[in-house]
Amino acid sequence: MARDVGLSRRQILSRGLAAGAAVGLAACDRLSQASDSRSALEAAESLTKAVQRALIGPREALAPEYSEADISKVFKANGSTEPDDPDYQRFREEGFASWRLVVDGLVEKPQRLSLADLRALPSRTQITRHDCVEGWSCIGKWTGAPLKEVLDLAGLKPGARYIVFHCADTLEQTLDGTGQYYESIDLVDAFHPQTILAYDMSGAPLPVAHGAPLRLRVERQLGYKMAKYVMRVEAANDFSSLGRGRGGFWEDRGYEWYAGI
Amino acid sequence: MSSTTGEAAAAPARARRVVYRHSLLVRLTHWINALCFAILLMSGLQIFNAHPALYWGMASTFDKPFLALTAEENDDGVVKGVTTIYGKSFATTGVLGTSRDDDGELAERGFPGWITIPSYQDLATGRRWHFFFAWILVLNGLVYLANLLVRRRLTREFVPSSRELRSIPHSILEHARLRFPKGDEALHYNVLQKLAYLSVIVAFPILILAGLTMSPGIDSAFPWLLSLFGGRQSARAIHFIAASYLFLFFLVHIVMVLVSGVFNNMRSMITGRYAIEEDAHGS
Repeated sequence: MARDVGLSRRQILSRGLAAGAAVGLAACDRLSQASDSRSALEAAESLTKAVQRALIGPREALAPEYSEADISKVFKANGSTEPDDPDYQRFREEGFASWRLVVDGLVEKPQRLSLADLRALPSRTQITRHDCVEGWSCIGKWTGAPLKEVLDLAGLKPGARYIVFHCADTLEQTLDGTGQYYESIDLVDAFHPQTILAYDMSGAPLPVAHGAPLRLRVERQLGYKMAKYVMRVEAANDFSSLGRGRGGFWEDRGYEWYAGI
Repeated sequence: MSSTTGEAAAAPARARRVVYRHSLLVRLTHWINALCFAILLMSGLQIFNAHPALYWGMASTFDKPFLALTAEENDDGVVKGVTTIYGKSFATTGVLGTSRDDDGELAERGFPGWITIPSYQDLATGRRWHFFFAWILVLNGLVYLANLLVRRRLTREFVPSSRELRSIPHSILEHARLRFPKGDEALHYNVLQKLAYLSVIVAFPILILAGLTMSPGIDSAFPWLLSLFGGRQSARAIHFIAASYLFLFFLVHIVMVLVSGVFNNMRSMITGRYAIEEDAHGS
């Protein structure tokens, strides 16, 4: 007791602050995991999406494009860089000759497109900035078929609201198969002129690390939206039955579906 | 008037009067801002930890960041935390680059868990906290700013006159001696307070704009933001530096609150009432 009285005001204050901070931090950890507080935090995403769409949408604004001189010397490859899925290995060994992009779901005319078919479509080349959710950016040059061209070939049925990209790579080993990479975007981004299915990077066929033979570019969102190793494009009414129901591999693991920020 | 003041000063108990210093709106926005800033700072460090390096320019030049927090393992398997600033390396084991995890093991981590939200490595959740409280900070800041402008408080209370600017050296000296204004002088912010608060009013919008410039969506709507900050990676660096500045302000702010009468200061920001000691000329 006598010792306690001897505590200086400074000691009491600093110990109190440290204890308060520890309690606060533990509370934040718990709030991060409890489902009610978690969905409250997640409400910010809808607001961000609505405001960003209002700012960008009507003007169909393009993401900034850069010059050849701006292209990054090292373009970091994240996520899967060397898929070991047997089907993918087979395609890779034969240079993707028998690979076909399946376009199905809520479409009038399902498609099976070879790389030659995709290259025969009108193409778009763009030098854009790739922003990873981790914080880094790289500038790269992409050539591909606008997704709009592919969707126009297949013809969307009225109920289609999302375009889902099913990929060849398993990024996480899970028992229920939810470790397979997939992504989804809505029609606003699907029909945006810079949204392309890229088959070339820097004028050469897409390297395996960057998603050969085909990857998605959605230039107004973060890198994880831009699915690599795309095998199938599905038009869907909703995505709740896919993966863990949140519209993408990283979305299923807590990341925002709208990745414009 | 001066004779009565003289009498009051001569009395053993100093005359005090209580004034109403901070309006309800100022008090509310102050505490909401304090809460948001703490959470944004700590969740921001969580986000930073996902790639603990800063670059100037549009894109990342991975081989030469101007600031990096890294972990290095030597031949004996000993892990060291290293902070590198413009090529100069500093050993920061245990705090920056590496810190102890829940099991007490040294793990690779930019900023340590006790200063991030959540305390464990989780970028997705850090972003959820960050964007939720960023919205509250922005809306709260707009209310504060509107009040400041509508009631013309900005120029009246925060912008120092040229006479005040010339008194900066004197004011620094007074602060160093922990001598704070009394009487009517204490009713207004002194020149150092004005400059400090003004810098915060300026730093927050810079911080927010730099943060928005990191958004690929915002960049397509307002590409001029990229020019304003000198590129996306520069915006990320400026966001970090502005946050560091505000943290520095916070530390000084806390010290000043403590040394210039913590009870009176806290009361004025909670109830609005602030006690002023009448100036004692004789002393």
